[in-house]
Amino acid sequence: MYSALVMEHFQNPRNVGVIPDPDGVGKEGNPVCGDIMEIMIKVKDERIDDIKFRTFGCGAAIATSSMVTELVKGKTLDEAMAISRVTVAEALGGLPPVKMHCSNLAADALHKAIEDYRRRHNGGSAGS
Amino acid sequence: MGVPARSVYLDHAATTAVHPKVVEAMLPYFSEKYGNPSSLYGLGREARKAIDESREKVAEILGARRDEVIFTGCGTESDNLAIRGVAFANKSRGNHIITSSVEHHAVSHTMAQLNKYFGYEVTYLPVDRYGVVNPDDLARAITDRTVLITIIYANNEVGTIEPIAEMSKIARARRIPFHTDAVQAAGSLDINVDHLGVDLLSLSAHKFYGPKGVGVLYARKGSAFLPMQTGGSQERNRRAGTENVPYIVGLATALTLAYGHLEDNNRRISQLRDRLIDGVLKIPYSQLTGHPTQRLPNSASFTFQFIEGESILLNLDLLGISASSGSACTSASLEPSHVLVAMGIPVEIAHSSLRLTLGRENTQEDVDYVLGVLPGIIEKLRAMSPLYNTRLAQA
Repeated sequence: MYSALVMEHFQNPRNVGVIPDPDGVGKEGNPVCGDIMEIMIKVKDERIDDIKFRTFGCGAAIATSSMVTELVKGKTLDEAMAISRVTVAEALGGLPPVKMHCSNLAADALHKAIEDYRRRHNGGSAGS
Repeated sequence: MGVPARSVYLDHAATTAVHPKVVEAMLPYFSEKYGNPSSLYGLGREARKAIDESREKVAEILGARRDEVIFTGCGTESDNLAIRGVAFANKSRGNHIITSSVEHHAVSHTMAQLNKYFGYEVTYLPVDRYGVVNPDDLARAITDRTVLITIIYANNEVGTIEPIAEMSKIARARRIPFHTDAVQAAGSLDINVDHLGVDLLSLSAHKFYGPKGVGVLYARKGSAFLPMQTGGSQERNRRAGTENVPYIVGLATALTLAYGHLEDNNRRISQLRDRLIDGVLKIPYSQLTGHPTQRLPNSASFTFQFIEGESILLNLDLLGISASSGSACTSASLEPSHVLVAMGIPVEIAHSSLRLTLGRENTQEDVDYVLGVLPGIIEKLRAMSPLYNTRLAQA
């Protein structure tokens, strides 16, 4: 059902955890659907300097979260905003069709984290 | 991925390995005694004899007449045949059917179709937090238009046993046919149709170490019944189609084996189950689902707050353990188990369900292996879960 790469990320997820003092936080999904993803970012010179995630969800939810953190670490915020659900699924060698919508929310959570960062920093506080 | 240290099958409610004695009994009927039971020559008579003997064995365990035993293609077919067969035959008497909210899809989806396309009204009786139907609710739901009552004998997801005899008494007093889906119960519980007081009962061979692709519908003599499959006169015109002789032989052999050592087997299995339940419940924020005592001897089902069922299953699979879950992610519908929801378990917790069902080949070592690895799996997933961390922060 899952590709070897999905299973590899599921077993050894990258960048799990929290950033104590994050520059941006994004959350997507809800417990009723069975998937919640939370992404925290640290930004330096408009680049994602550090990223951590926590996920409640199925194998696809965990693997996509892990993959998205790996894809964008060190990337500029604009590059990270261009990452879509499809990018993540493709990077994992595909997802079962039924999982494409319900459990592939990691890119959305990432975008929210970036938007959160931009909101905080357009408000006048000094950039990091 | 490495090869797991051990292989432990804990999904006997899904299916079972065919018992070697069952395979042995079936084998001659493929290429040696392959006759059509409707043929008059020797080969045909031989096949007919095998079916007659099988029917006799099944009837004896059911406490039924031989002509009340109908061989079908599976448990789902038996359920469909019972429900449509009785509903359609009684169409002039009414269009109301009563069932429970914790049925297998073979029943509940049949109800949905009868409602949507055939104008039947369906009452879904509620259950308590253990998944038990209250017979008083049944008595209140009956109307003059009620033509069928169908209640599952033992639940496939949580193992809860329903008070069938009590409910069938109510049905009988109102002269309403009573069907029970005994697919999960057959092989471990009493299926004597007079003890249960039922008019129709479904069972399926592959749940008790028989082959897949064969079931039984018991239909009490005198029940009005419209066949769903028409053709030849097999099964006394109630289920047309050439009999699946080797599988019917397999079903009867498996049922005989299951009921030959029933009490010893149940005692052994339920001891393993209790060891499993006691061990699993030591995990924080875990809960047993289903009735604590009125449950199938082999069935243990749980929820583990803050995590999701499919993730548990994948981790167990990596360690060689086969199990199942009522999580939405393990179903095509993306809805969590209707059974758990009907029992009042919040949807977000229903996503975290795990069902472990034991069987004849399981040992205490198997149970201890699971108890050894499960807490680590749960902890690993919780460490990743934003819900768990939030909870800890609040504590």
